[in-house]
Parts: sequence; structure tokens; C-alpha cells
Amino acid sequence: MDFLKDPLKVAADWLLGILAGWGMPDLWAQVLIGFLGVFILISLLMVLDILLVWIERKVVSRFQSRIGPNRVGPFGLIQPFADIIKLLIKEDITPAGADRVVYNLAPILSMASVLILWAVMPLAPSILGVDLNVGVLYIIAAGAIGTLSIIMAGWSSNNKYSLIGAFREVAVMLSFEIPMLTVMLIPTIFAGSMGVAAITQAQDVWFFFIAPLAAVIFLIAAIAELGRAPFDMGEAESELVSGYNIEYSGMKFGMFYAGELLHAFTFGGFWAIMFFGGYRFFGLEQVSAFLAIAVIFFKALVGYWIIMWVRYTLLRIRIDHMLAFNWKFLTPVAFVLLMVTAFMNALLTDTLRIESGSVLYVAIMFLSNVLVAWISLETARAYSRRARERVEGPKIAEAGRS
Amino acid sequence: MTLFAALRVVTTGNLVHAALWLIATLFGIAVTFAILNASFLAVVQVVVYIGAISILFIFAVMLTRKEMRDRGPQMNRNWWFGALLAAITFVGLVLLLYGWNGVSKTASVYPSDFDAVGALGNALISPDAYVLPFEVASVLLVAALIGAVYVAFNPRSGDSSK
Repeated sequence: MDFLKDPLKVAADWLLGILAGWGMPDLWAQVLIGFLGVFILISLLMVLDILLVWIERKVVSRFQSRIGPNRVGPFGLIQPFADIIKLLIKEDITPAGADRVVYNLAPILSMASVLILWAVMPLAPSILGVDLNVGVLYIIAAGAIGTLSIIMAGWSSNNKYSLIGAFREVAVMLSFEIPMLTVMLIPTIFAGSMGVAAITQAQDVWFFFIAPLAAVIFLIAAIAELGRAPFDMGEAESELVSGYNIEYSGMKFGMFYAGELLHAFTFGGFWAIMFFGGYRFFGLEQVSAFLAIAVIFFKALVGYWIIMWVRYTLLRIRIDHMLAFNWKFLTPVAFVLLMVTAFMNALLTDTLRIESGSVLYVAIMFLSNVLVAWISLETARAYSRRARERVEGPKIAEAGRS
Repeated sequence: MTLFAALRVVTTGNLVHAALWLIATLFGIAVTFAILNASFLAVVQVVVYIGAISILFIFAVMLTRKEMRDRGPQMNRNWWFGALLAAITFVGLVLLLYGWNGVSKTASVYPSDFDAVGALGNALISPDAYVLPFEVASVLLVAALIGAVYVAFNPRSGDSSK
């Protein structure tokens, strides 16, 4: 059952055998097989992306008490294909005065910044694109390239609304990278390495139970990074008419849109990897690589569903509130949480010699997270009460709040 | 490719294009780091330089110009002198480097369980390695941050956004 456990190696060896039989030199064969692997992965991701469009539309319609696409094929399953065909045959307009090279490069970079994230996502114990030992930082770097593509899109459209939307979106994305990076250091502390495979392997107890506040902060920061509501300054429909997307038509818009959905799914996957055990499920992943892939896809879909749930429930936040929320609340809480986690981890494992998988360890770390969350929420509440008093007068604050 | 991008930074006519060519140059430098087996530095280069500093450049260019189009000749009359100085500096650096015996070594390949990032972390906080420069750099960054906030702070709009 070697194929079930390690399908990629078996397939690669078989192909190598065939190519060597045809007389191809070994190096060329390796390069070709590498390209083929990348090509297959990206094709599968693109097909997944199309299905994500269908999932998104069905889920949003259920949240809004309607049915969603149900005419084109059973349950509207062919709808996304119809969408793709429509986008492909649309006229490709480049606005007058737009900077052609940058304008055309922006959607490509946007989609590329999502696809390169899949190089470090471990789908199974034996399926991992590149086992970088700085996987966590690589995720942030890919986000940086996505940020760059948004500025390029906004500026090259030669449109003031596009530019404003791009600036706001990039400000939000850059700001929320800081709590995200800080919180991603917490699984790094527990696993002892920044590599994503090492983080998955270290989760005998899911990190969600040891650091729940970290999972919540990561989710908030990830939703802001994605540019989705309630942080969607980039495409605030009621304010900016599509933000940096305004001047894009046809397949370029399709690249942005599908890229955003795939980005959301990818971050659902990273949330699962960092805090919910990735492809691990009580030993199921040892049975077969395909089961591991199914497990991580299921967890990523649950994460994606939660991200969609947040999107279609909450209202958009104003841009200055968004940035104030990040710099005045989320970043200090993330730093405090990092310090508390590092301190408690060292205290428990080195000084008190409590083993880092035991129930006592999990309980103490969970309680310390709850304590940090409670203190930060109380501080925020006291702060907002003072601000409200200053604006409305003391008696209103006394009467209503407690 | 890195050198070509760097050349285009100073010869292109459009300032935002120059910033984009700078991003290509920095990406080439990150690739150089990766080839030399310094993966942490390569990724940090992308995150810090491309993801923050270049975007800051682009913001500064876009937000502080009265008119976005560049006018006038791209180079002034003494461009040949600048090119000459650059060529002389290049030749000087190359000659200097060839006197160093490390220039023909290939990048060291570490054993697969060598924790390069951990070694870097240890070096940065270990008292007999680099902890003092590290802390002094942190203080410098905090000073720069406070300075930037102070310069940009407008007392009238200080707490209007609560």
C-alpha cells in the first residue's frame, strides 16, 4: 500500500522510470517532473476555485434566506462554469491613460501571491511543496506581494476612486500583518520551529486548546488581510464602487475575484494548520495520504465557512475605526499574549516540569489565554466608557452601563 | 536581471515605474540570498523591503506630488560623470573583493537538521554574541517611531476619531 501512503513519490518514480527508458538525462527528467507536479497542483487549485465560487454564492444566499443559483444545472452547480465563460468572452477594456504594463500585471501578481502560498501548505505527511524552515514568514511574504499587486491595480487604473480604495486596502493589510505575525509566533513557540510541517507534527493536542485567543486573533487578522468584510475597504460597494477593482473587466476581474476566494480558502487552511492540527485527525493520516488530504480540506472548508459567516453577518467598519482597532487593541493584545504564552510555556515545561501535552498544561494555558482576553476586553470597555462620558456627559454613562 | 532592474530604476522616466523596478531589484537580492542558503534572510528581505519599505516609497510618491506626470528631461547634463563614478566604484569593489579568499567559495551546505534560524536567534540574544547591537537597534527604531508620530501629529485632529 505504498501508493496510498506516498502517492507522489510512487508516481514520480514511475514517470522517472519511463523517461529514463526513453533516454532523457536524469536532470531534465527531474525538472520536467517538478514542472508537471506544479502544473497539476495549480490546475486542481483552479478547479477548486471554481467550486468555491459556487459554495460562496450558495452560502451567502442561505445566510440571506434565499436560495441562490439553482437554474443552471442541478443545485446550480454549472453556474460557476457559466460565469467563467461569460468572463472570458467579455470585452477587455483598458481605460484611457492607464499604465498598460502595470495594469495588466496587477491581476497576475494578485493571483500569483495566492498560488505561491500553496507551496508551503502540507496536505499530507508526505505531500508538501517545499519544506521551508521559515514557512511562517513565507506566508507573510506572500501577503506582501499581494499588497503590492493591489497598489499596482489601484494606481494604474487612472481613477481617483480606484486609488483611494487601493490606499485604504493596503493600509489595512499592512496594519493587520503585525498582529498576524505576532500570533503566528505562538505555534512557533510551541512547535520549536517556523516550518509548517513541524507545526503540524507538534500538535498532539490541537493548539486551539492551548492558545484559543491566538486562534481568534489570527482569524481576525486573516480576515483583514484577505480584504473581506467587515474589513473590505478595497471593495466597499456602497462607498467606493468596487475600489481598486473598478476599471477591471472580463477575466482580469475574474482573476481578482477568484483570487480573493482562493485566498480565503487558503487562509482557512492555514488557520487549520496552525491551530487545529492540519491534516492530523487521531492518527487517520497515517492510513493514507488521500485521507490526510480529505481531512485538511474538510478543516479548511470549515475555516472558510466561518470566514464567510463573519462576512455576511457583520457590517463594514469605518476605515479610521479599523486602524484604531488594530493599533490600539489588537496589536497590544497580541504582544501581551505572546509574552504571556512564552512565559507560561517556559514556566510550565522547564520550571514546574509539567509535560507539554498533559491535561494540566492544557488547562493552565487555556486559563491564561482566557485571563488575557478578559483583561483586554475590560480595559477596552473602561476606555470606551471614559470616551463616552467625555462626549455624552457622566449621567448617561452611569445610568446605562455597568 | 537584478542589475538590469537596478539600471532601469535610474533611467526610467516615470517615478512610480522607478519604484516598481526597485521592487524587482530587491526581489533579485532576495533570490541571491536564497541561492546562498540564507533562506531566513531571503524571506525577511521580501517581507521588510518589498512588503513595507517599497510600499512606503510608493505611498510617499503618490501622496506628495502635485501632479502625477513627470515632466522635463529624465537625466541632467552631467549624467556621464555619474556613470563614470559608478563604473570606477564597481571596478574598485571588484578588485577589493578578489583579494578576499572567500569570493570563490560556494555557499556552505548545512546538514539537514542544522537549525539556521535558531542559530541566528541565539546569536541575537546571547550575551557574548550580538545582544547589545540588537538592543541598541531596537532603541533606535523606537526613537524613529516616536519622532515620526511627533512630526505627523496634528493636535487638532488628535482625538477626533474615537
